[in-house]
Parts: sequence; C-alpha cells; structure tokens
Amino acid sequence: MAARFIQKILQQLGFQAAPESTSLAGATIKAKVNTKPTATRGYASGARKVTLIPGDGIGPEISAAVQKIFTAASVPIEWEAVDVTPVRGPDGKFGIPQAAIDSVNTNKIGLKGPLMTPVGKGHRSLNLALRKEFNLYANVRPCRSLEGYKTLYDDVDVVTIRENTEGEYSGIEHEIVDGVVQSIKLITEEASMRVADYAFQYAKNNNRKKVTVVHKANIMRMSDGLFLRCVRDTAKKYPEIQFEERYLDTVCLNMVQNPGKYDVLVMPNLYGDILSDMCAGLVGGLGLTPSGNMGLNGALFESVHGTAPDIAGKDLANPTALLLSAVMMLRHMELNSYADKIERAAFETIKESKYLTGDLGGKAKCSEFTNEICAKL
Amino acid sequence: MSMLAKTVGRTFFQAAAVRALHVSAAVNGAECYNANRTTCTLVPGDGVGPELVYSLQEVFKAANVPVDFEAFFLSEINPVLSAKLEDVVASIRKNKVCIKGILATPDYSNEGELQTLNMKLRTELDLYANVVHVRSLPGVKTRHDNIDTVIIREQTEGEYSALEHESVPGIVECLKIVTAKKSMRIAKFAFDYATKNNRKKVTAVHKANIMKLGDGLFLKSCEEVSKLYPRIELDKMIVDNTTMQMVSNPNQFDVMVTPNLYGAIVDNLASGLVGGAGVVAGASYSADAVVFEPGARHIFAQAVGKNVANPTAMLMCGTKMLRHINLPTYSEVIQNAINQVLKDGKVRTKDLGGQSTTQDFTRAIIANLH
Repeated sequence: MAARFIQKILQQLGFQAAPESTSLAGATIKAKVNTKPTATRGYASGARKVTLIPGDGIGPEISAAVQKIFTAASVPIEWEAVDVTPVRGPDGKFGIPQAAIDSVNTNKIGLKGPLMTPVGKGHRSLNLALRKEFNLYANVRPCRSLEGYKTLYDDVDVVTIRENTEGEYSGIEHEIVDGVVQSIKLITEEASMRVADYAFQYAKNNNRKKVTVVHKANIMRMSDGLFLRCVRDTAKKYPEIQFEERYLDTVCLNMVQNPGKYDVLVMPNLYGDILSDMCAGLVGGLGLTPSGNMGLNGALFESVHGTAPDIAGKDLANPTALLLSAVMMLRHMELNSYADKIERAAFETIKESKYLTGDLGGKAKCSEFTNEICAKL
Repeated sequence: MSMLAKTVGRTFFQAAAVRALHVSAAVNGAECYNANRTTCTLVPGDGVGPELVYSLQEVFKAANVPVDFEAFFLSEINPVLSAKLEDVVASIRKNKVCIKGILATPDYSNEGELQTLNMKLRTELDLYANVVHVRSLPGVKTRHDNIDTVIIREQTEGEYSALEHESVPGIVECLKIVTAKKSMRIAKFAFDYATKNNRKKVTAVHKANIMKLGDGLFLKSCEEVSKLYPRIELDKMIVDNTTMQMVSNPNQFDVMVTPNLYGAIVDNLASGLVGGAGVVAGASYSADAVVFEPGARHIFAQAVGKNVANPTAMLMCGTKMLRHINLPTYSEVIQNAINQVLKDGKVRTKDLGGQSTTQDFTRAIIANLH
C-alpha cells in the first residue's frame, strides 16, 4: 500500500519536473493499469520459468504431485522451487529470503502451496509480502461441482472475483475513545475500475455469459455506490456480456437455493472473502477449489486450504486444489491445450471414484491418485 | 424488567378475560370486547408487503384475534404517500408492538441522505437486537433437515452507520463504528436469550483476524459477557468460515450473535437453507418495544400484484406477536394451521414449488383454524 503510494507520488513529481512529457507519462500509467496478463509475452526458448513455493505441512507432497503430473503431460514450463522459511535479514528482523522475492519478481508467475502462518512470531506474513510485491489486486476463485463427488448442491459453476487491496480490509482502524472503535472501509475509483475491468476481461476470455456485481449500495450509498458505478461503467464496454446488479443479501439467499443463477460475480473485498468461501462450501470445501491472484507485476496461483499437519508426510493429502490452481495458471499463460488435458484427466479420475483420497470418502493415497491422473493424460 | 413483568401480567389477565368473553361475544356485543383488545402498529412496507399484511389481517379476522391494527404506510420509495416517521415512531412507542413488512431501500435518496428510512426507524426506537429463528418447516423440502438456529444481530451500529465521505474525488471512506457498550448489550441479549430458551451454545461471528480493533472489540465484549453465563458455551467463528460451515453443516449452530453486516449475511443464508425469504419470521427488539418483521428482508418487487407471494413469514410474525402479547392460544391455533397446510403440501405458493396463489394459501390456513 505504502509502496504504491510512494510510487504514485514519485510519478506525480516526475510530471512536475517535465510537464512537456505529460502525454508520455499518461501512457505509462495506462500501461501499468493494464489488466492483461503480464506473462503472455513470448520467450525465445520454449520452457518458461515458474516459481514454486511448496509450502508447509502437506504442501511438499501435493506440490510434488503437481510437478509429476506436469512432467507426465510434458508441459513446457520449468519449476524454480524456492524456500520461504523466514530468515533473519540484515536489519535483524525475520522475513522472507530475498532469493524468493527475486525469483517471483523475475518469473512474474508463481504457484504456492499452503503456508503455516505463525501467530505472533513478529514477521510479516508471506501472503502479505507477496501481495505487495506483485500488487495482487484481484482474487479469482472458480467453484464448480465435481462429478463423482456428490454434495447437496448440484450444477454449481460460479467464479468469484474479489477486489483484494482495499475495502473493509484497508487496515485503517483506531480507537477514538475507550470502547469506541472506528474502522475505515476504503473504496477508490482506481481499484474498483481495475477489478471491474478484470472481471469482464475474465468473462470474455473464458466464454462466460454473465457478470453480476454484488454490492450493498442501498446501505453504503457512497462507498458501495462508487464501486457499483465503476462496474456499471465498465459493463458498457462489454456489450456481449450480460450484466446484472444484485444486493449481497439476495445473492446469499439465492446462492444456497439455486446456485445456477449466477455465473461470474465481482465484488469488494469483504463480500468476496465471504462469498468465495461459501461457494467453496457448496462444492465440497477448500480442498477442491483453486484460486488465482492477479497483479500488476505478476500472478500467483495457490491452494487456499490449510496445511493439515495431522496427515502431513503420510501420502494421504488431496492435491486437487493445487492441481486445479496450476491448471488455472496454465490458462493464464495461454497454454490452454495442456490445461484442458490435465483438467480432463483430473475430473475423470474423480468421476470414476476409484482412486479418491480420504477427504473425498475414498481410500487411495495421494500417489495413487496422482498416478491415475498421469495414466489418463 | 419490572415493567416487562407488569406488561406481561396485564396482558395475561386480558388474554384470559378475552378467551372467556370470546364464547359469548355475540351476546355481549362489541363495546365491552374493545376494552380487552390490543392495538398493534402495522407498517405494510413496500413490494409485496401490503398483500402479505392483507393475508395476515384475513387470518386474524377469521380466528377472531382480539388485536386491532393501527396502519401506517411508511415508504422511502414513495415519499409522497408515506406517513411521517415521527407518527409511526410515536405509535410504536405507544403500542409497544408492531408488525412491519419490508421497506425498500433505494441506492440513492431524494434528499441525498445516507441514512435509510429503515435505519432511521431503528435508531429512533433503538431497536438494537434483531432475532431470527431459522427452523426447518414441516413439509418444506430443502437440502438440509432439522435446522434450528437463532441468529441475533446487532443493528444500530457497525457498517450501517451511514457515515461516509468522499475525501477527494474517486476515494470514498466508509466508517464502521463498533462500541463496547453496544457490543456488550447485544452479547448480553444473546446470552439471556440462550438462557431463557434452554440453548447450549452461543457462536460469535466476527472477522477479528483482519479488523483487529473493530471486530476485536466485539469479540472481547462477547468473551467478557460469556463469563457471567458459565452454563452456556461461547464459540467463536470467523465469518467466511461460518458461511462455509453453514452451507455444509448447518446443524452445528445453536444461537449466533453477530455484528450488523455479518448478521444480514447469515440471516439470508440461513433463510435460504430452510426455504427462502417467504418462510422465515424475525423480530427487532428495543428495551421496550418489539417490531415483528420477516427474517430475510426482501421486498420481492417482481411479484407485486401477481398474488404469488408466500405469506408464511408474515403470518409467523403474527403468531410471534400473539405469543409476545400473551395470547398463546390464538398463536397456537394459527401456527398449527400453518404447519398443517405446509405439511399437507396441497396448497403451496410458487417459492415452495407449488402453483397456488397468496389468496389460496390464506384460505387454506383459514380452513385449518380449529
């Protein structure tokens, strides 16, 4: 947040120093806000590097499973595994190793397993650090019912797109007097436009029909009103995509009754946090839902489930969430043919229900599940 | 408290008297009847509200319920036709009970005000606690069974403070206010409710991992109050996890206590689980007045005038109100009729998969009043 702010001020100062170059400076800003995937520029050599953060707990196992499947599908990417165990930096504070930060900065794309967040250890959480490095402004979570794993809700196929930098999670709070706290929800036009544009771009690229903006502008008339207006304005630029506005209450009510009503949802931070988890609940939990974070300086794909220390190292974990996140990553890198191939193999394996891991009610080991997917490629 | 006891005592006496009179009403005439009747403020609200309220009045008439309504059309989207807020507030203050439909809240206000009419009414009367009892109904088939959760929501502060400003163009700040006083008050209400209704557990819903001060204060207040109720367990759950748990395993929840916005989310979610906005009743309490209103707040504008809305929620607001003013016999008669009609499943409105109209449903209820 602060870094972005300083950047902005510097830019502004730059304008003042050289007013004749305003049009040029305007162009650079535009390029910065451009929401097109940054990783699409072609590289001379076939294989592109991807930073891999295996994570803690079951992280290493499921990362290995994903790597194995990618090798079997001969995906033209090269993994660069980095360790993010906090180290003491030159300033004496614990933090993420510089090597890891450099790696994500050069590769611009990363895949991350679950990380343990030590409570009160006095170092900045990796998630926060990465969010800042990459300027991750949108969180994308597709939730789809999986054939072969029956939940009470059928035909769920929803994508939640959440603004990830401001809103209720701005972190600006203070206690005015004893026992009276004021938290500030911050909504800016810049961030709202950015996420709105991304949502419609996403809908277009992924052949989605409809974008729904989820808001509470009837209560928060100015802040959610601004967000709503931004999405409304953006919608006009995409006439081929259907657009609707719904109150948060209505979406909550309808989602559990008839999830098929919704397609792509775009919303501010808190609502997105809540709805993305709720949608994951509809299809069977966080172990089955992938997640991607889009940023100005890169993109990070991750599984959002916990580290499950109780089954770590026992070859029992379910790699589906990380694998589907990796598939999302391939689509983001425009390696769609590989993405489709891997996704199909994974869905078929789950559909056949022969090799399901414990969390899906099966008895298979992580490695058996992985081998089955490899065999299906 | 003593006031409550007095009211309860009085209404109980009235109820008994009314029931005795009821048999011989035809002989005694209407005038002595009137003396024992309760007056209740009635705000039909927007959307299908007036249709639902009509259904309620029909049922009350058919059941000979000794309640008179003092009706006010209050509306933010029809400011010309709307009654004055002061009059409605005065009526509710006087009657201490009110049945209210849902008021539409537009995204903008004609006066450019940030506060909605609903907020003004709640602030004016200090209706701080919203209680929604979400229960699986007989004969209403849903994905989950045996849901029985009470959601208690603080509704005078938090995100609904209506304090917003645009610092510079394109940058808006919205203040969420959390105070120890109101957090303690709602926590106490929740624990008192749990004690009174033999509930075992209170789940505090929060997001204190992100809003460390604001939701932290709410959580701390709940913890503090829970110490006074050693027999009731306090559970804490982060709001996103709560919604996920709710859709996969809703039976784990007993009583829930939430700040304003999360309450709106959980209310709607839970209502969706048991059959939708048409079947869940709620009530908003202040220290001395109660407003009964449907639990999930939707005006259902697309159904206006089509005679398709489900009046169950509104009728259940009525039965709750009758229980509150200590006319339990009338309340039971109507509630049994509702249950019977739902269980028979012959007369169903569209939201429950049937083809019947609001009127058909109302008639079916009336036919089942015994």
